[in-house]
Amino acid sequence: MKPVLLWSDLLFFLLIFAAVAGGWWARRVEHLRLAWRKVGQSRVGMGAAAVLAVFFAIAFVDSLHYRPQLPDAPQGEVRYSTEVLSALDALLTPLRVQTEKTYSAPLATHLFAKETLDDASRDFLPLRYPGTHLFGTDKVGQDVLYLTLKSIRTGLLIGTLTTLIMLPAAIFLGLLAGYAGGWIDDAIQYLYTTLNSIPGVLLIAAAVLMMQVVIDTHPEWFATSAERADARLLALCAILGITSWTGLCRLLRGETLKLRELEYVQAAQALGVSGLRILARHILPNVMHIVMIAIVMDFSGLVLAEAVLSYVGIGVDPNTISFGTMINTARMELAREPMVWWSLAAAFVFMFVLVLAANLFADVVRDAFDPRAAR
Amino acid sequence: MLAYLIRRLFYALPILIGVNVITFALFFVVNTPDDMARMQLGVKRVTPAAIEKWKVERGYDKPLFWNEQADGADKLTQTIFFAKSVKMFALDFGRADDGRDIAREIGLRMGPSLAVAMPVFVLGLFTAISFALLLVYFRATYLDFAGVVLCVAMMSISGLFYIIGGQWLVSKVWHLVPISGYAEGLTAAKFVILPVLVSVLAGIGSSARWYRTIFLEEYTRDYVRTARAKGLSERLVLFRHVLRNALIPILTGAVVVIPALFMGSLLIEAFFGIPGLGSYTIDAINAQDFAVVRAMVFIGSALYIVGLLLTDISYTLVDPRIRLQ
Repeated sequence: MKPVLLWSDLLFFLLIFAAVAGGWWARRVEHLRLAWRKVGQSRVGMGAAAVLAVFFAIAFVDSLHYRPQLPDAPQGEVRYSTEVLSALDALLTPLRVQTEKTYSAPLATHLFAKETLDDASRDFLPLRYPGTHLFGTDKVGQDVLYLTLKSIRTGLLIGTLTTLIMLPAAIFLGLLAGYAGGWIDDAIQYLYTTLNSIPGVLLIAAAVLMMQVVIDTHPEWFATSAERADARLLALCAILGITSWTGLCRLLRGETLKLRELEYVQAAQALGVSGLRILARHILPNVMHIVMIAIVMDFSGLVLAEAVLSYVGIGVDPNTISFGTMINTARMELAREPMVWWSLAAAFVFMFVLVLAANLFADVVRDAFDPRAAR
Repeated sequence: MLAYLIRRLFYALPILIGVNVITFALFFVVNTPDDMARMQLGVKRVTPAAIEKWKVERGYDKPLFWNEQADGADKLTQTIFFAKSVKMFALDFGRADDGRDIAREIGLRMGPSLAVAMPVFVLGLFTAISFALLLVYFRATYLDFAGVVLCVAMMSISGLFYIIGGQWLVSKVWHLVPISGYAEGLTAAKFVILPVLVSVLAGIGSSARWYRTIFLEEYTRDYVRTARAKGLSERLVLFRHVLRNALIPILTGAVVVIPALFMGSLLIEAFFGIPGLGSYTIDAINAQDFAVVRAMVFIGSALYIVGLLLTDISYTLVDPRIRLQ
């Protein structure tokens, strides 16, 4: 096998590394350690964090990509499949490979609809792998549990990478606008008011349409279809980031305006510390709690947004397994008679648990970090 | 007041120009019209003649900013930027790919969009505020706790599930209203009621929770303690003092979306087959009709700016201390 490092994998690993490093750094800083201890003492917070940790672990395993070696290559020659698999695929090989012919209900032993047999009678055909599909199978016989587990990575990537991509711009421009004032402030304010005034969905739609044109007219950039889908995923993160950085930027600008007037900043100025250094050493650490809160608060909204955007057709690549594409294909199945409900139910349960955990965790983090709440 | 409004409208101009430049860059600089033509005509096996024809049909055959071949003022006006972007300020959006006039189409589709969006807005605001007031009235009791849990659970469900679930339960199982469609006049009610209920239900979790925190913040203020000390009943404190003072943050969030109601909701209209501006946009996205998407972006931003202006005016109505000069 040949390891494959997609761009989104790299960013995801970077993100996890940053989170671990940030945690290490926070241990040494008194007020951050206290705030995190408060999160740790909350039962709801730790419960939600445990659920999130499971989701992140699945996404992490799903980010270790490789291309398997083809078995039927001639002697001495090594060929790799164009299909990109992940470590999760390898772990779930039974689920991935054991497909049925078409729909089957959860833990069923026979297919869901009657089929015409050889002797022209109609009956339910037995499944190839009876009783192994916890959430049943979909139209083409894929295991629904496998699809839901694969969706997790897409949802988490959108929820985290979007914030990661927009964070540097939001922090830098927000601090700069608040600290520098004057025409720089005016220019940055103009920039985010303008971006803000474009309805988010429309800006995303327009940008995704354009991104799709770029991707479609340059097929030579991508070696495998996984890379193309990955490019679209990253483009979507970037576009979502562009539409969502304005809120954080405005918050940081307001906070910096306040901090700028404080004595310790003025003392630093009087001592001749350069502007950039003041921003990095004296202002940035004091707005980190706002950044922290913004990251956790935005996450659940982004996971939900992914499903909606993919449903509308301006989300992830249609070949990427995600909650949105799952719901999109499952939607028509409710109209069938008898109804096929399990794909939708599985997507619902997993999404609900993920978003609920994220919301609860975000609340606990906000309460712990928000100085106004710490009364 | 009038002078203030005029000045604000004047400020809006650079923002609209900025929006225009951004969309122009997105549609014509990131991708050349040649790319778009190739995309629409199919990437493979497309002749240069076909691309040229596609561009001429849509008026994309001119230079971007500066036309060397033209004379006088035409040097500026016979360009894509002028024809496609500047003319939007005169509400001239050109034609969609199916040959229809976009401005006319927008006029026709505003009605159905409003028929859904207006009731959603009014009903949604009313139910969310009432629910939040109820929770605040019973604050720090189990009812309050259960209400907050319910809110968090409701806001953790994707809007898609509300729509799919509503259509399935009300239309398919109970056969109360048609699954989707639209009709003019009073019969519209039959088609509108389900989308309205579904959107109100989908939005109530996050907004009720948000309003609850606003109310609770007001409750910690001194004037509330004074009102209680005067011997006012809890109900009077809630409605006469807390609700009134909490109106400012509520208005900030609510008024700005009023003009945007014209745009309708993409998702709701697509699911329920309502021929409004939302479904128009979705269709344009799916058909990759760039002219329509561009027009909608422009109108959306213009309406948002009007919304910001309305917000400022509404402040003066609820708070006599605020004067706009």
